[in-house]
Amino acid sequence: MKLPLPQLFLVATLLVSLTISHFAHRFDPYHLEITIAVGINIILAVSLNLINGYTGQFSLGHAGFMAMGAYTSAAISIHAGPTLLSLFGFAGKSGSISLLFFVALLSGGIAAALAGLLVGTPSLRLKGDYLAIVTLGFGEIIRVIFRNIEPLGGALGLTGIPAYTTFFWTFGFAAITVYTIVSLVHSTYGRGFLAVHDDEVAAEAMGINTTRYKIVAFLIGAFFAGIAGGLYGHFKLSIAPGGFDFMRSIEIVVMVILGGMANTPGVIAAAILLTVLPEWLRPVQEYRMIIYSLLLIVLMLTRPQGLFSFGWYEKWRARRSATEA
Amino acid sequence: MKPVSHQQNLLDIEQCTIRFGGLSAVTQLDLSIGENELVGLIGPNGAGKTTVFNLITGVYSPSEGMISFEGKRIQGKRPYQITEHGIARTFQNIRLFPSLTVFDNVRVAFHLHVASGIGHAIWRGKAFWNEEKEISNRVMELLKIFNLEHLASQMARSLPYGDQRRLEIVRALATKPRLLLLDEPAAGMNPTEKIDLMMLIRFIKAEFGLSVLLVEHDMQVVMGICQRIAVLDHGSKIAEGAPDQIRNDPRVIEAYLGK
Repeated sequence: MKLPLPQLFLVATLLVSLTISHFAHRFDPYHLEITIAVGINIILAVSLNLINGYTGQFSLGHAGFMAMGAYTSAAISIHAGPTLLSLFGFAGKSGSISLLFFVALLSGGIAAALAGLLVGTPSLRLKGDYLAIVTLGFGEIIRVIFRNIEPLGGALGLTGIPAYTTFFWTFGFAAITVYTIVSLVHSTYGRGFLAVHDDEVAAEAMGINTTRYKIVAFLIGAFFAGIAGGLYGHFKLSIAPGGFDFMRSIEIVVMVILGGMANTPGVIAAAILLTVLPEWLRPVQEYRMIIYSLLLIVLMLTRPQGLFSFGWYEKWRARRSATEA
Repeated sequence: MKPVSHQQNLLDIEQCTIRFGGLSAVTQLDLSIGENELVGLIGPNGAGKTTVFNLITGVYSPSEGMISFEGKRIQGKRPYQITEHGIARTFQNIRLFPSLTVFDNVRVAFHLHVASGIGHAIWRGKAFWNEEKEISNRVMELLKIFNLEHLASQMARSLPYGDQRRLEIVRALATKPRLLLLDEPAAGMNPTEKIDLMMLIRFIKAEFGLSVLLVEHDMQVVMGICQRIAVLDHGSKIAEGAPDQIRNDPRVIEAYLGK
């Protein structure tokens, strides 16, 4: 019997983030802000990695799913907030807020997952570049729709979102995302995602319903992107359609590629690096984005297999899965 | 046609035709495979052998005719459903999952027999671990039979050619087929490897009690192990019978074997 590493990781991370969250008010607000941005980007990158990395379906629509979650959860905590808070009154003040936020985030995730189902369906027939274009278009459609819904603020965006996002919520959900996706792909069922990535024809011949796997990948990936969107909204306190344009999707794709497709620890490291790097470069002012872009080019040229792909992790994983008998 | 024969046969292809545009790749083909039978399918390049495989495994749907397996119609089903019915195949150009390990290549094929789905994989309770352990044991058992167990944690793409061929057969067997389709398994093998392969195919047939349909260009292999051989030329069956019959059939010599 081997150690239940994933569960231990999940519980440990939840406890640690709850503890840190308790002392979060002592942190420098600027550092706390970057830390929470890191957590949100980890959720986004790790969930996109299920679609792009493990299943090999090139999606450029992650910002769209994020927008779906951000708007849904923000709308719930603004409009349904007071009613739900009194409904949850039994749990005390902070308890009822936690419950409300949880419900809002979950609804955002579910709304995004439904959108994922919608995009996953055309992906049955499309591959590679074509799928990328469809998902790109889809993300833009979502953005344009939100720009035209006046009750949600239209082009100006939605403001007055309560500040519910804390260190605990962000890293708690980051841990849940990592746990869910890692344990999924390291099961016999989940190896199917990688089989679809490697060779669809052979996967079908082995009895794998490739259509179903692709939809499930989109569903789960979009769900967590929706959660990340909800956290983002309740952290920035105002959201505008412009914040979810396709450049945002590209940023997440870059994290996945730089971390090494289908390599979760690498993708987490890349999400941290690419969130912190622009901040480090702040002192150089206007050269910031130039240096950032140059660094990306150099990294891609020197480590095309992914910055954090060393082979030892894959080898360790391979041994672990083959020796459990 | 006697109706009784339908019950004895594992696979029945009746009057199957498939057209791509104006071209008819397979024309009015009749082919049956019985229980625990080893049938060869031969013919010149472009005769339609791989198309027959693709018809059986659901990659293509026949324009006319009927395909049934164990008495059930399987035409029009998707490839993964046909695998569920009990037909597995290998490919002419090896199609392993290159970025998965040898172990995982076989494990994926066991996916069909996994009772627990996404929920269990995420929750990872006792039932999940018991099942994973069971699958893991069965994968190692299979790999052991085919002398691949020491390579279990290697990436499939790093295996030598002969081992890749064998692994592809092992992977197909993991789906627990009743009928195994082998598409040119001897391609690129040297004479010794070919003899090993013939022994391997005979062994599989006996050990797993399944039927085999073999597409092959190597006459030594086909004549050596097949109980019955069907010959395709331009998409039509021009002869069918025991190896000796086929060897001396004037039409087969004309179209394929040469004088």
